[in-house]
Amino acid sequence: MSAVLQSPIDRRSFLRLAAMAGGGLVIGHYVPAAHAADAAAAGAEKANGLFIPNVFIRIATDGSVTIFSARPEVGQGIKTSLPMVVAEELGADWRNVTVVSGQLDPAFGPQFAGGSMSTPMSYDEMRKMGATARTMLVQAAAATWSVPATECVASGGAVLHTPSGRTLKFGDLVAKASTLPVPAEGSVALKDPKDFVLLGTRVGGVDNPKVVTGQPLFGLDQKRPGMLYAVYERCPVWGSRPLGANLDHVKALPGVRDAFIVDRTVPAGQLTGLVPGVAIVADNTWAAFSARTELKVTWEEGKFAKSSWDDFARQAKEIAGLSPDSSSISEARRDGDVDQALAASARVVEAEYSYPFISHANLEPQNCLAHVQGDRAEIWAPTQNPDGARKLAAQVLGIPADNVQVTITRIGGGFGRRLDSDPVAECAVISQKLGVPVKLVWDRTDDLQHDHYRPGGFHFLKGAIDSQGKLSAWRSHHVSFGSNMGADDYPARFVPNYLLLNSSLENGVPQGPWRAPGSNTYAWVTCCFLDELAFAAGKDPVEFNLGLLGDKDLVTGTGHKGRPYNAARMRNVVRQVAEKSGWGKTLPRGSGMGLGYYFSHQGYIAEVAEVSVTRSGDLRVDRVVAAVDVGSQIVNLSGAENQVQGSITDGLNAAWRQELDIKQGRVVQSNFHEYPMLRMVDAPRKIEIHFIKTDNPPTGLGEPALPPLAPAVCNAIFAATGKRVRQLPISRTDLSWS
Amino acid sequence: MSKFNLQVNGRSHEVDVAPETPLLWVLRDQLDLVGTKFGCGIGQCGACTVHLDGSPARACQTPVATAASSKITTIEGLSADGSHPLQKAWCELDVAQCGYCQAGQLMSAAALLTQNAHPSDQDIDDAMGGNLCRCATYFRIRAAIHRAADLVQAGKEIRA
Repeated sequence: MSAVLQSPIDRRSFLRLAAMAGGGLVIGHYVPAAHAADAAAAGAEKANGLFIPNVFIRIATDGSVTIFSARPEVGQGIKTSLPMVVAEELGADWRNVTVVSGQLDPAFGPQFAGGSMSTPMSYDEMRKMGATARTMLVQAAAATWSVPATECVASGGAVLHTPSGRTLKFGDLVAKASTLPVPAEGSVALKDPKDFVLLGTRVGGVDNPKVVTGQPLFGLDQKRPGMLYAVYERCPVWGSRPLGANLDHVKALPGVRDAFIVDRTVPAGQLTGLVPGVAIVADNTWAAFSARTELKVTWEEGKFAKSSWDDFARQAKEIAGLSPDSSSISEARRDGDVDQALAASARVVEAEYSYPFISHANLEPQNCLAHVQGDRAEIWAPTQNPDGARKLAAQVLGIPADNVQVTITRIGGGFGRRLDSDPVAECAVISQKLGVPVKLVWDRTDDLQHDHYRPGGFHFLKGAIDSQGKLSAWRSHHVSFGSNMGADDYPARFVPNYLLLNSSLENGVPQGPWRAPGSNTYAWVTCCFLDELAFAAGKDPVEFNLGLLGDKDLVTGTGHKGRPYNAARMRNVVRQVAEKSGWGKTLPRGSGMGLGYYFSHQGYIAEVAEVSVTRSGDLRVDRVVAAVDVGSQIVNLSGAENQVQGSITDGLNAAWRQELDIKQGRVVQSNFHEYPMLRMVDAPRKIEIHFIKTDNPPTGLGEPALPPLAPAVCNAIFAATGKRVRQLPISRTDLSWS
Repeated sequence: MSKFNLQVNGRSHEVDVAPETPLLWVLRDQLDLVGTKFGCGIGQCGACTVHLDGSPARACQTPVATAASSKITTIEGLSADGSHPLQKAWCELDVAQCGYCQAGQLMSAAALLTQNAHPSDQDIDDAMGGNLCRCATYFRIRAAIHRAADLVQAGKEIRA
C-alpha cells in the first residue's frame, strides 16, 4: 500500500518493516518499504508524497530521484557506478538523480568494499531494484491511461505510451505508484542491454563538485560537538605491551585532558585488532601530537623483537635448500614427474625471485570518530568493512553489536587496509573512557609502522624447455610469511610436470590484503619467469605464452575450492594487447616492450609496457597498453578507465621503489622521505585501454589491472637492457648498460 | 597560547593557539576549514597545500605565527562556487578517485597557472612534483591542468 517513509531513512523503520514483510514482497534479500499494515502508521508521511519501492530508491512528486549508495566509496567509483545501474533500469534522467550514502544497515545487504566484489555482487541486484520501480511506474501510467502496461516504456524520467505518444513524468506517477503492491521477485523484466543509454557512457563522480571545493567528506573531516582529539602510541615492535609510562607528566602538558594505558589485545592473540598502547586525549590535534613527543613508555617487547628482513631472507634460502620431504615444506600440487622432466629437458632455467613488505600508505591516515555513551556507541569511520568495524567495536566495548551505529564516510584511499578495523577499536576504547566524542588521528609514522602489510616473499623456481621449445616442467618453492600460492595459481594446470612446494616463516609481522592480494606479486614472479623461459626457448614471449595457454577454452578448477580458468578469454586479451601495442616492432637498444597478463578478481587482463632505460640505468615507462576483459558491460566508462589507469600507475608505484626494511622487530621507515612514492614525473606517459567485451557477467575493476603491470615493465626492461629484475623493488637492480 | 589574526579566504579570524601550531591544524581544528588535508606532516605529500599571498605553501610546515602576516587562501576559497577553471576541468575530466589529495593538487596547479598560463608537460611535472596522489591519478591531473589552461584562454577570447 503506502510506500512512504520518513526522510532520512530511519534504521528502526526498516528493521520493523523487515520483520513485517511477507515473503512475496521481498525483493531478493532486501526489504520492501511498503506493506499494507504499515499504511495507517505511514499515513502522516504520505503527504510527503514519496514513492519508495525499495530501500535504494525514492522518487518525489517533483520527479527528483534519490538513489542510495550502500557500499563504501574508497576511490573505486562505486557511489557513482551502482546508482547508474539502478538509474538505467529505472529509466531515470541521470540529471535528476541525487545519490546519497547509506549508513550501515542490514536492509542494504552486503556493504563492504573489497575484493573487487561490489560490481559482481550487486550488479544484478541493482538492476532488479531499478526494474521493480520502473515496473510500478509503468503500471501506474498504464492504469491512468487505461491501456496495457505492455504498450508503455519508461525512459528519461517519464513513461511513454508508445501508440499514442502520451507521456507522464515520474513525479506525476508518484501518488499512484505508491498505492501499488511491489511486484514479486522474478516477475519484473530487465532491460535488454542493447537498449542501455546510461551504462557504458562516461559519467563523472557524483561527489566531484564536493571534492574539488574541499567539503568535509572524509573520516578525518568529521566533527561532533564537544569532541576531543586522541593519539595512540603503540610499541614499534609488534606484539609488545606497555609496562609503564610518564602519564602524570603528559597529563600536565598544555591542552591534554587524559593519558592512559590500554593493556588489551582484542581479539586475543591477534595483531590486526586492538593492540596494547598508550592513549593521549587533548583539546585539539596539535596538542595531542605535541604531548606525544614527551611521552616515554617502557615496553615489554614480544618474542619477535629480534626479527629482521635480512634474517628472513637467510632463513628462506636455508629452507629452499632442504629436501622436499622436510617438515618445513608442504606439497601444494604435483602433476606428472618434475624431476624426470627436468633431467630429460633440453634446457633448464633456475631463478630466485623476492619482494619486500610494502605499506598501503593510504594518503588519509587511519582515523576514527567514536562517541560511546553507556551501552551505545556511534562510529564515524572511513571503513571498507563497516560491519566488521561494528562487531569489533562491540567486542572491545563489551556491548551488543546492535547498539553500535556506523556511519560510513568517504575514504581517502583503501587498497585493502581499511578492511581491518583496528583504528575503530582504539577510538571506541578511548571514547568509552572519556564518555565524550573522540577523534583518533594516526600520524604518518603510525600508519607506516603499524600497517597490516602486503607480505614479502621468496620464490625458488626451476623450469624446463623440451626439444620442441615447449615448457615441460615447472618447479616452484614459495617461502612466505603465512599465506602461500594455491594449487590452482597459474601456470598450474598448463604445464604437464608441475610441482608447487610451500613453506612459511615464523614471524610477527601484521599482514593484510593489499590491492589484488597474492596476485600483485604472484603475477610478477610468474610472468617474469615465463619470460625467462621464453627467451631460453628462443621464442617470442607472446607466441610462447599463447602456446602455454593451450587450446582448451575453460580449464576446470582442482577440488571443491578450485577455480576455473578461462584460457580462451586470456588468449584473447593477450592477442589483443599484442596487436594494439604493435608488439614485435623494432626498437632501439635501451628501449623495449614486455608482456604481463594475469587472471585475478574475475578479470582477464593483459598489458604491454614500453620502457626506455638510459645507459646510466634511468628507467622511464613511456607507454602501457592494456586489454581488459571484465565481462559484457562496462558500467561507467570514465570510472572504469580511471581504475585501469590508476591500477597501472599504482602497479608501477609499488614495484619501482617501495620497500619496507625490518630491523630489531620493527619497520625502519617512518615517513615518505624514506618510503618513496611515485610522483607525477614518473607516471607512465601514455596509457591505452581496450575493453574487450565478452558474454560474461560484469566484474570489478578496483584490482585486476594492477598485477600484470610489474611483469610487463620488468620484461620490457630485459628487452631494453638484457637485465633481469628478480628482486623488487626495481630500484634495487642496477639497470645501466653499455 | 597566543592570539593571532588570520586572513583566510578574504575573512578575518582571531585564534588563540600555541604559536608553533602548524597552520594546517588551525585551519582544520579551529576554523573548520577541513578541505586542507593532513597526509604526512613533514611537507612530503602536498595534501596540505594552501596559498600564502598567492604562493603555494605546505600548511603542515607553516607555523601559525608565520602565516599571520599573509593572506591565506585554502581550497574553500579557491573560488566562491567551484567555478575556478581548474575545478571545472577536474570535474569535466573526472580526475578524482578517492579525492583526498585533490585539494592540494588543485592549489599547486592554481599557483602554477597564475605563473604560467600555458604550462608544458615538463612545467606541470616540475610544479606538481611535491603532490602525491596515492590513487595515481597523475595522468588525469596533467590533462586537467592543460584543459583548465585552455578554458582560461577561451574565456579571455570570449571577453575580448
